[in-house]
Amino acid sequence: MALNLSKAGAAGSGAAVTMNKKQQHNPVLKVIIYIVCIILTILSLMPFIIMMVNATRSTNEIQAHAVSLIPSKYLFNNLKILVSKSFDPKVGFMNSMIVSVGVTLLAIYFSTLTAYGLVIYDWRLKNAVFKFIVAVMMIPAQLTTIGFYQMVYKIHMTNHLSMLILPAIANSSMVFFMRQYMVGALPFELVQAARIDGAGEFFIFNKIALPIMKPAIATQAIFTFVGSWNNLFTPMILLTDQKKFTLPIMVSLLRGDIYRTEFGTIYLGLTMTALPLIIVYLILSKYIIAGVALGSVKG
Amino acid sequence: MKKGKFNGYAKWGYIFCIPFFLAYAIFQLYPTFYTIIIGFTDLKGVAATDWHFLKDDLFANYKFILGNSMFRKAFGNTVKLWVFNFIPQISLALLLTAWFTDRRFKIKGEGFFKVVFYMPNIITAATIAILFSSLFGFPMGPVNDLLMRFGFIDEPYNFLIKKNVAQYIIMFIQTWMWYGYTMIILISGVLGISTEIFEAAEVDGANGWQTFWLITIPNIKTILLFTLVTSLIGGLNMFDIPQLFVFGGGPDNATMTTNIFIYNQAFKGSYMYNRASAASMIMFVIIVVLSALLFYLLRDKDEKALERIKKEERKAQKIRAKEAAARGQM
Repeated sequence: MALNLSKAGAAGSGAAVTMNKKQQHNPVLKVIIYIVCIILTILSLMPFIIMMVNATRSTNEIQAHAVSLIPSKYLFNNLKILVSKSFDPKVGFMNSMIVSVGVTLLAIYFSTLTAYGLVIYDWRLKNAVFKFIVAVMMIPAQLTTIGFYQMVYKIHMTNHLSMLILPAIANSSMVFFMRQYMVGALPFELVQAARIDGAGEFFIFNKIALPIMKPAIATQAIFTFVGSWNNLFTPMILLTDQKKFTLPIMVSLLRGDIYRTEFGTIYLGLTMTALPLIIVYLILSKYIIAGVALGSVKG
Repeated sequence: MKKGKFNGYAKWGYIFCIPFFLAYAIFQLYPTFYTIIIGFTDLKGVAATDWHFLKDDLFANYKFILGNSMFRKAFGNTVKLWVFNFIPQISLALLLTAWFTDRRFKIKGEGFFKVVFYMPNIITAATIAILFSSLFGFPMGPVNDLLMRFGFIDEPYNFLIKKNVAQYIIMFIQTWMWYGYTMIILISGVLGISTEIFEAAEVDGANGWQTFWLITIPNIKTILLFTLVTSLIGGLNMFDIPQLFVFGGGPDNATMTTNIFIYNQAFKGSYMYNRASAASMIMFVIIVVLSALLFYLLRDKDEKALERIKKEERKAQKIRAKEAAARGQM
């Protein structure tokens, strides 16, 4: 009994120490933390704010004072100059949309399909296939671009957006992610029950497996879409026809001589490519941040 | 037994994986082998598709690239640009992770800061590159304007023609784009550590510094490795930012990376597809070897640590058994 009491006493004093520690954090350090965070916030936002404000200002205004937080009234003037030259935001936007939507749909559907094949069925090469997918996951596609370009050129398919979309069918890192998620999320009993009810294999995949995978699909869809939307390297090599340019290639035109002195116009062109992303990001930020965190779990 | 495995459903496993492998073979495997082959041929010139294996010296392209001062410089730049953006990036991310996950601070607005810090990562790199080259514009870019208004400099400074400065700015952009991403990943790793360990450390009187180095860091080692490897692969493939921030490799080619070198070899000037392929393959080998090495090193250490722990446990058990035996004898 006495022993018990002393034990409780020790535990009590332990808790007291913890309480003490929690209260006696350094207030100076806390202030420093907030200051650092606020500086980083300004650093993150400032370039975009300057960009958007300058999109509404004239070249003369920008030359007099390049930083201002007050919008001016030259937005439409800048727009007129912007579209009068080779920068065509509508074409870039449409092409980027076609490629990104196509890439996302194909990657999601076929990666989930492949993962389903690896999780649900028992076949001889299953483990070998999974090991292969893990092994090739890290290989950057950029380094085999010369062979890819030569192949596409030979079959006269440069300037075809399909050559940017179709490779998405084989997305090894997404297959890996989907497989890891499916193992925990899709009970085999469900598939068997559907089979007993007479459902075909593709029907089960489309109507039962895909809906269950929705959370994983949402995360992967966002990142695949953004990644494809922002991709510059492959489109830049394959596309030479201005009518096929994606938005990042359009943006790279702003760096050329034709807009050299039109500062407001350059900022407007940049704003037109960044603003849609910023808006979508702010709407979906909760899911995107959660998705980034989830991505680390797979690694 | 074999019949049991091939229970009529096994074929569906193959069927469901066929599209992946078909696309993989066409769009990745074939280009990979094609790139390897082109590296040993004379394929060059605009719109050229015919090629022959090199007759005199099969490795002539590789020898040219390895001996080429521009390629070496580009490789040096790439490594430098990666190392000096990774160090500040991981340091800042670790610092913020330590602050945000320390329950003693209870930082308000953590969600807001996460959203803001990650935002640059979601914007098109091409847009970021040109935005920064406008911000650092000369003579009247916003950065010059700010520096002069606050009296740091008297005359506008031409950032983009100084080779070191151009490199520093690219390192800054890369850090600025990626520290938020790294931070979110590290925070999620720390949140995955059992809270009991932290409570135990607190009871034992560990301060924040000790807790961080002795508990947090060892427990997120795998995630740190993941960050290191993905950042390394991305860094060795750096293209968008340096390509568009300053044109043509920058002042004295100070911002020329290997991928810009490859791009310039293959799609500019004399269209040397063969040399570009050789350079690609050299980078390919470097990346595969480096990431395999990193994985191997860490896995080895983990196993060693496990063995050591087991050994110590066994020793402790023996000692305890001996003590018990001794007490029993008493």
